[in-house]
Amino acid sequence: MTDWRPALSRSAMLRHCPVRQAELLIVPERIVVLNDEAAEIVGLCDGKRTVAEIVAEFPVEAGEDVTEFLDRVHAEGWLQ
Amino acid sequence: MTQPSSHAVAPPWAMLAELTHGCPLRCPYCSNPTELVARAAELDTGEWARVFEEAAALGVVHAHLSGGEPLLRRDLVEIVGAARGAGVFTQLVTSGVGLAGRRVAELVEAGLHSVQLSVQAAEPAESDRIAGRRSFMAKELAAAAVVEAGLPLGVNVVLHRHNLDRIEDLIELGIAWGAERIELANTQFYGWGLLNREALLPTREQLSRAESIVTKYREKTGVELIWVIPDYFDGVPKPCMGGWGAISITVAPDGRVLPCPAAYDLPLDLPNVREHALSWIWEHSAAFNAYRGTAWMAEPCASCPRKELDFGGCRCQTYALTGDAAKTDPACGLSPDHHLITRLSARESVKEKPFVYRELKRPPSVVDP
Repeated sequence: MTDWRPALSRSAMLRHCPVRQAELLIVPERIVVLNDEAAEIVGLCDGKRTVAEIVAEFPVEAGEDVTEFLDRVHAEGWLQ
Repeated sequence: MTQPSSHAVAPPWAMLAELTHGCPLRCPYCSNPTELVARAAELDTGEWARVFEEAAALGVVHAHLSGGEPLLRRDLVEIVGAARGAGVFTQLVTSGVGLAGRRVAELVEAGLHSVQLSVQAAEPAESDRIAGRRSFMAKELAAAAVVEAGLPLGVNVVLHRHNLDRIEDLIELGIAWGAERIELANTQFYGWGLLNREALLPTREQLSRAESIVTKYREKTGVELIWVIPDYFDGVPKPCMGGWGAISITVAPDGRVLPCPAAYDLPLDLPNVREHALSWIWEHSAAFNAYRGTAWMAEPCASCPRKELDFGGCRCQTYALTGDAAKTDPACGLSPDHHLITRLSARESVKEKPFVYRELKRPPSVVDP
């Protein structure tokens, strides 16, 4: 998993919704409203950055939360 | 009745775009109205593009491109492109007939996000019998084409007396076809489904066995299994569309706009995108405000602690069975009309009846006595 370079899966779409002023992760049959930090993490999942590089974008104490969040979204099938 | 002001109306999340009512299949539980819209009356490419732009501006982020069979639209690729261009996530809802080959690649190129494929039974001949046309082979090819194109595949099965006993085979079929999601949707009895209620209504034993098999499979497969409840058997109504005019908007092939795809037959003056902006329709039209919120409710709904959970049940079913859409859904155990449901669901034996297959001309008899 250390080599993993997370990217949005093909079935997922990340977009800003101007009507609701919210960041949304849209997948088949589901719409997930992301908080600011979650949206920032998903936004960094470009298939180029490694998990370590994504974690490095956040304060040190948040590192564990970021990896946990990535694993959770991966388990849902929304990241590949 | 007080109507909510426009500021109080939260925007819709999703749109069901019925691009056409034309379909090669003739399923006896089709969700289209019994009075189908003729092809000549359909919105054209430019009109659909405008609908998607207006929908996106209103807050719609998710669209089901459905029918009928949406693949019958020669301009489907353009329509997908227009929806994608407006920032709307698109899922094609299809019978699979006509999807194999170049069509998938063109749709992916245009920005299609996912596909939901219907199958009528796990056994080819039985699937074809229920669909009223040879189609199983085409579905198998379509599933393979979708998976090969890298799009997420969902398989949808409408459940009833004739296929519930083989639910294991249906789940196995979905898994074998590469589905990420299998929707097992018990038949809803309005429109064509109501016409065929005698032929489709399962027994309680069939349902409880099927449900326990679904529970068992959930423990051993990573594929998501969605079980859509049969509201005839639990005494609990289903939450109508997550609330009338609350989450979703349906656009008919001819531009009429409905709060629910089953609402064609309700005594509502349905607004049309050819005459009004979608935002006006959502916020201000009488049709969308008719059963919005809870102020319209009478007893036993008005004082019910569940009124924000199930919204009084299904308006369309209530109207079809009682003639008054504002009453409590007869599927609810608290409804004074609950006997209309239990006299059917409590039966031990069922009489066999042939299907009334979907067709363009409305059949003469509407409801079984």
